[in-house]
Formats: sequence, structure tokens, C-alpha cells
Amino acid sequence: MPLLREWIHRLLGTLRRGRRDRDLEEELRLHIELAEEDARRRGEPVRAARLHSGGASQAMDAVRDQRGWPWLHSVASDLVFASRQLRKHRTASLAAVLSLGLAVGATTAAFRLLDAVLLRTLPVADPDRLFVLGWNSMTSQGEPDYRDDFDYPTFRRYRDAVGANGDVMVVGTSGRQQLRFENGEPEPVNRQFYSGNVFPTFGLQPVLGRLLTPSDDVTPGGHPVAVISYDYWTRRFAQDPNVIGRSFRIGRQPFEIVGVAPKGFTGTEPGRMADLFIPAMMNAQALNAPGWSWFRIWVRPTGAASLEQVRELVQAQLARDRQDTVKNFPSTTPGPRIAAHLSEKIILAPAGSGASGPQRTFRRPLFILAGLVVLVLLIACANVANLLTAQAITRAREMALRVSIGAGRWRLIQLVLVESALLAICASLVGAVFAWWAAPFVVSLLAQIGEPIRLVLDLDWRSVAFSLALTLIVTVLFGTAPALRASAVEPLGAIKGHDDPHAHRRLVRSLIGGQMAFCLFVLFVAGLFATTLRNLSNRPLGFESERILLLDINRPGERQPPHVWAALTDQIRGMPGVESAAFATWAPLSENRWRWPVYVAPRQAEEVSPYFLGISLAYFDTMRIGMVGGRDFRIDDTPPTLDREKRPVPGVGIVNETFSRIYFGAQNPVGRQVIVRQDQEMDVPMEIVGVVRDAVYYDLREPMRPTVYVPIEAGNQRTLFVRTAGDPRVLAATMRREVSKTYKDTPVLATTQSTLIRRQVVRERLLATLSLFFAVLALLLAAIGLYGVLNYAVIQQRREIGVRMALGARATHVVKRVVTEMLSPVGVGAVLGLALALVFGRLVESILFGVKATDATPIATALLTLAVAAVLAALPPAIRAVRIDPAQTLRSE
Amino acid sequence: MANREPSKADVLQGTFDLMVLQTLDTMGPQHGYAIAARLEQVSAGALQLNMGTLYPGLMRLEQRGLVKGSWGTTESNRKARFYALTAAGRRELSKEKQAWDRMTTIIQALLRGDA
Repeated sequence: MPLLREWIHRLLGTLRRGRRDRDLEEELRLHIELAEEDARRRGEPVRAARLHSGGASQAMDAVRDQRGWPWLHSVASDLVFASRQLRKHRTASLAAVLSLGLAVGATTAAFRLLDAVLLRTLPVADPDRLFVLGWNSMTSQGEPDYRDDFDYPTFRRYRDAVGANGDVMVVGTSGRQQLRFENGEPEPVNRQFYSGNVFPTFGLQPVLGRLLTPSDDVTPGGHPVAVISYDYWTRRFAQDPNVIGRSFRIGRQPFEIVGVAPKGFTGTEPGRMADLFIPAMMNAQALNAPGWSWFRIWVRPTGAASLEQVRELVQAQLARDRQDTVKNFPSTTPGPRIAAHLSEKIILAPAGSGASGPQRTFRRPLFILAGLVVLVLLIACANVANLLTAQAITRAREMALRVSIGAGRWRLIQLVLVESALLAICASLVGAVFAWWAAPFVVSLLAQIGEPIRLVLDLDWRSVAFSLALTLIVTVLFGTAPALRASAVEPLGAIKGHDDPHAHRRLVRSLIGGQMAFCLFVLFVAGLFATTLRNLSNRPLGFESERILLLDINRPGERQPPHVWAALTDQIRGMPGVESAAFATWAPLSENRWRWPVYVAPRQAEEVSPYFLGISLAYFDTMRIGMVGGRDFRIDDTPPTLDREKRPVPGVGIVNETFSRIYFGAQNPVGRQVIVRQDQEMDVPMEIVGVVRDAVYYDLREPMRPTVYVPIEAGNQRTLFVRTAGDPRVLAATMRREVSKTYKDTPVLATTQSTLIRRQVVRERLLATLSLFFAVLALLLAAIGLYGVLNYAVIQQRREIGVRMALGARATHVVKRVVTEMLSPVGVGAVLGLALALVFGRLVESILFGVKATDATPIATALLTLAVAAVLAALPPAIRAVRIDPAQTLRSE
Repeated sequence: MANREPSKADVLQGTFDLMVLQTLDTMGPQHGYAIAARLEQVSAGALQLNMGTLYPGLMRLEQRGLVKGSWGTTESNRKARFYALTAAGRRELSKEKQAWDRMTTIIQALLRGDA
């Protein structure tokens, strides 16, 4: 305890100086006086008495050291000095703090996003031993593909194959669903289906009630229970403990809430927060449906079983399954297709940080953005390093003075480091505010799609730690060089005013060069992404997407025949504000597709199977897709299909121009017959009755694909297309009510065709917006840097310029002198930037559209922008140099 | 700018505290010079504390709450800072004394060589 007391006193002594110096001096003086008196009394020489009392000033130093902490004290005085320095160079410091702050903020924001989407581990037991199953396959186009969605029959086989070697879990892909409490309005929620072993394997404990257990996952359709998330409990029920036992309906199916999941557990899909967890058995229709993929399979090896053991067990089962399917392949299937099918590989990917679609979509863009942001940070660091170096030069005399009165080298380094730390701390405060604002803003960019992306973005210790670490690294990065330079000062030379300006210029030039290189690269990448977004947004769709309201209607139970859907459509069409209406199996760009191989006898099927879409009458009118030849569908047209005994029933279809070109070349396809190879390899003839213009179907990025439109059949789920006179969103609620008048308890999701298109480019929009922002930031910082250096050079050479002008030098000559010095680093930087662009441009190529990393335009644009910025930055110092009044400068020195 | 060697106070520290506390216990509150003079007298001149050892040491004891300093006047009517033992100081003194006794017994036994 006494020791603690001493420390507290010393700390206070450092801060408050404790007892005053005057007090101490008084005490020491008395000591000496008394010693002298004693000596006189004893007849000894006074001098001896003084000697052995020791020197008063040394004693003073010793007492002062005991009073506080000398080191802390020196840091404190350095801090005071540093803050005075910063205030003295107010503009330069402000520029440094702001540029560094923005850069640190952007970096922290990027880190928070990366963390929330990709890095943060799930709050579950043993996350390191959780894995998600996936397999490498080939698309029918022959491109390698990775898939991680499974159907329930496959799950059963894999679960049995793994047996006691692991917990095999159904982890449903989260889906948007409407639910209804008692007599309330329908509310959208995110639900995940879980098998009964998920919560026990995750080792989670309920906050309230109970979680799902294996006994909730036995009978198909027999467990109408649900667990809600803590977040949903808070949002929807204000943490009402009476929520247990409340019931709600999804469609007609009632459910009862049995528990609340622990705080912080928001499902397993970063980017999507699950509100509701339901036993997998409640997706009863899907349990025996091969090919209905609706979940991921998670595995945790149990006990001694290794990951590889589990993988091999699943791989063996996959191989057996594939052997079975290959047996049913038609004899015409090409050999490489079969080989590809057989060589599919099971992959167990770590799932400790969750697994989700947004993760896959945004992994690469987020890393690219993080890379860009680091470059921006480096540019900002170079600015600050330039500032500090410039200051160190001007302060060479001051440093020399410090050395000559006995300051050690380390002491000088400490002084400069304290200054840079002060800058860094100010900057990280600015950065924290910026990041706090920016991260949710970026999430809102991600979320411009019907289905909101929600992330856990608490300011937790990780982002604080990241910010702090970043600040430290940055301090060391930009503080060390000037500190070492300052400490290496040679007192004699510096005091006489002689220093070596070339060493300083070398550093500054390389910093400027680096800034230019990074800036050019960031500009270049931003240009590529902006062009990509523009190309995608301007790509011709083939239909008019504005003012199309889409109503997704799901009728469980009996499949509804087309005339029922048609009646509903007629009802909608009669409403005010509606221009026309139609329905189809789904909307273009809704991420659904359906393909069958088609061939014209006697030729083989084309390698690329055409897309199919079932449509109602008036579909082409509603979508404004023009007819090129033949006729539209009539009410008595039927699609090519199979009857109840699986016998082919011929039908009719309308094809697009691309189909016509690929299958019939220059010939008119109307009236011709093609063969559609349907399920179970049944060939059904189809007569082409019309040709329409091309329209996009599945992916905005792919070229126009051959497409076949067929008369729509009976079904449970249809999309209604409503072309409205005004803003379609205004009519959404009315339409939903109208539909539920006819169909009670039917979930209706309303969206617009434009929303679906925006959803397709959400990644590109994110990349373009943020990289443009970073590019502007980089350009600004680099320009500030160049300006600062040139300006400083002008001030430094003021006298020299004055002399030259007095001797008759012309203005152009003076400007040339000032500017050419920085011309070569700018040039070298630009060349380096070009090299960077050529080398790393390839990394982003795969997410570009309509532009290549090797195209001349983006590089030229970036160069031009940089050149303009450099000129603008050099202008004020040049003007300043010209305006120098020789008489005045000469007089001032 | 303090690059100093370890001062004598660091070397003496263990015994210094004991000596000063004991002096204050026997003689009552004293000023710095009186403490130094007393120690010099008791040790017959062998122990000469200079100010650079004495005053930082006193300050340390004060920071630890073992002594308390206050301004008063000497017999010759001069203003001086007097140091008095606190309750904590007294406890510390008896603890240190016991420790010292134990240590000397051990050392003596060791030196006599009959252990």
C-alpha cells in the first residue's frame, strides 16, 4: 500500500508539481545554514561543512526527480511544446490532421465493414470447428462453379454417411417471409430453417423459454414452434417476457413462439439478420423434393474425427450419387460432361464467421476497397511526413541547440515522436467521428435493394483496437523518419546555418512520387468501376422497366390453373391507375431461371440451353417487348409438356431474335418445329408461332441469350406485372389489399422491376461510389501534398529568388525553377502508377463490365485528371514565386 | 534531460528508511538537518548523509505516508520543516525492526559458523 501511495503522489507531483520549488529551496538553505553554524561552533572550516552537505542544486534535482516521474514529466513538457508547435503552424497542422483523419476514418470504416461481413466469428461454441459444405461443379456452360445449397434428400444421405463422426446440420438460407400475429397486418421477417441439432451444437442458451432441440425436428409438418432472435424480441416486442406462447401465422400455418435466442446471435448469415428460427421439418413440402435447394449443410466433426475424415465420407457419398445420376444420362451426352459430373469435389470451408450470399458477393469488392483505402492512407501519411520533415529542417537550429546543451539523441527522437503522436491522436479523433458516420452510410449503399442488408456494427473493442493500432503504426510510419533526421543533427554545422538540403529533397521527392503513383492507381480503378456501373445501367434491357409493379403471390395447396390467375389479373387491370397487367412464372432479373435443351431435328441440342419463361396473354404488351414476326399467344394455346402419364404433349412457343438467329440463321422460324428435352429426358415437340425482340432474363452482365416464351401452366407461385400510370410504389399497398380480398392468408410481396435491376448492380454501385469517393480523397490529398511542398520550397528559396529577380531573371524562369524540381517525381510517380495499374488491373477484371483494365480510355482519363490536379496544385506557389518583391526579401534577411 | 546514475539513496534505501524512522521515534518530530546530525553523531561520524540523499528520501517517506512534514520553528527561532512519524510510520518501523532483528540473528549465526 505505501508503494501505491507513493506512485499516486508522484503522478500528482508530475501533473501538479506537488510541493513548490520555493519550499524545497527554503528547506535546503536552512540545512546549509545549520551545518555552517555547527561547523563554526566546533571550530571547523565552514567550507568542509558545505562540502559534505553536498551541492544544493544537485539535491534540488534529486528531490524534483523524487517528486514526480522525470520521464513522464519530460513527455508532458514535450506535449506542451508540441501543441504550441502545432498551433504555430495552424494551417499546415489542420491540413495534416484533416487529411490523416479522413484517411484513418475511411480505413476504420472499411475495416468495420470487412469485420462485420467477413471476419467476425459467430458467438457460438467452438467456432473454429464449424464448417460449411460446398462442392465444385461445372455449369451447363462448362464454367467452373461453386455451390453450397442442398436439398433435403441429399442432406439425409450425407448425414447418414457421416454418422457418429460429426454433427451434420441443416442451416436454412434466410428467406423473407410475411407473418401475421393474431389479427394484425402482415409483417416481413427473415426466417431461417434449422435442424434440431443446430442450437445444441452451437452451445447456445435461451434468454427466455427454450431453443429448438432434436425433438422439434422429427415429424414433417408436426412442430409448429419458433424461436425469435434477441434483436427481433427487442425491436418488435420491446423485450416483453410474455412473448412466449404467442402465436402467429405464416400463410395458413400457425406457429407458437417458444423461446428467445441469446443476445448477439443473429443467425449464421452475415449481412442478413435472422428474426425467426423454425424447425426444418416445417418445410414439409421440400423434404422429399430432390433439386429443391433451400439450405446450407454445416458440419462439426465430433470427438476424434478429423475434418479430412468427414470430408472423405461425404465425398464417397457424393461419388455414389453421381454414379447413379450418370446412369440415367441419355446416350447422346458428351463424354467430357459425364467426366466433369463425376469429378465433382466436396469442400469443407471454415464457417466460424458464418456463410452467406452477401459474404460471397461482397468479399472481393470489400477487399478491393480496403486495398484502395490503404493507398489513400499512405498518401495521407506521406503528406504528414512531408510536413514534419519540412518542420524538422526549419528547426534544425533549435535541435542543434538542444544537442549542444546536452540533450541525448533519444530525447530528441522522443520530442519529434510526441509531436507526431499528438497529430495522430487528433487525426484519429477526426477519423473516429468520420468512421462512425461512414460505416452505416456504406451499409445503406449495400441496402438499396428490396431486401435490406443488416449488419452488426457496434463499436466493439475490435474496431477500437484497430483504430488505435492504425494510429500507432501511422505515427511510427510518418514520425520516425523526421525524428531520426532531427536527432542526427550536427550541432556545429546547423547552428552556423549550414545544412544539407539534398538529403531532405530526396525524401520529399520520393514521397511525392509515391503519392502520385498511388493516386493514379486509385483514380484508374475508380474510373474502371464507374465505367462498369455506367455500362451496366445503360445496357439495353429489351423491355421498359419503369412503372412496372411486381406482385409475387404464393398460393400453397392445389396448383392454381391459369384461368384463376387470369381472373385475378383482370381484376387488377380494371383498377384506376393501371395501364395494363399480365403474369408470368417470375420476373426477369429476379434471380430465377429455367432451362431446357432444345434442338431442331435432326441436329443435336446446342451447348447453351435456352431460357424458358411461362407467360400470360398481354405479357409482351405490358413489358413493351416488340413482336418481330408471327403472332402473340391466344387463349387456347398450350405449352409443350408432359401429361399425367409422362407422355409428351406438343405445344407452341414464342422465341426471341437470338434464338431465331442461333437455331435458324437467316430463315424465318415462324411455323417451324423444335424439340424440347424436358425432365426425365422426354422429348416434346414445340411449334414456334412468333418471334419477339431480345430482352434480358437472368443476369444483367450476360449477353442476350436464346429465350423461349411458352403459355403459362397451373402453379402455386406467380408474379403479376402491373404497368401503372404513375409511381408504381404508390399503388403497392392498394394492390396488395386487392389481392388479399380475393386470396385470404396469401403472402404478397410487392416490388418493382426497377428495384430488381438496381439489385443487380448493387455491388457495382458500391464499388463505383466508394472508389470514386476514395479517388477524390486521394486526388485532394496528393494535390495538398504537392502544393505544400512547392509552397515550402518557394518560402525557403525566397531569398535566392529575390536575388535572381533583382539581377533581372524573368518570371517564367523563376516559375520554371520552382516547378521543374517536382516535375521529375511527378513523372516517375505517374509511370509507377501506370505500372501498378497494368499489374493489378487484372485483379479487378472479373468484376468489370463493358470495359477492360487494358483499355486506353481509363488510363488516359486517370492521367489527365492527375495532370490537371498537379497543375492546379502548382499554380498558387508559382504565382507566389513570381510575386516575390526582391527589395522586400533582401531587406528582411 | 535527466540521464543520471543510480543515486546513493537507492543503495542505502533499505537501511535509510529504518534509520530515519527510528530517529524520529526516539527524538520526536525533527527537521532534516537535525536528523542528519543525529545519525552522524550516533555513528560517530561514520554516516554522513548529504542533502541529495536525505531530502529525496524524506520526500519518499512522506509520499508513502510514513512521515508527515509541517512547517514550524527551531529553538533558534528559525522557520524549518519538521518531520513527524505517522501511525502508519510507526507500524512500518516495528515491522522493519523485527525484520532487521531476524536478519541480524541469521547473519550472526551464519558468521559464527555453528549453525
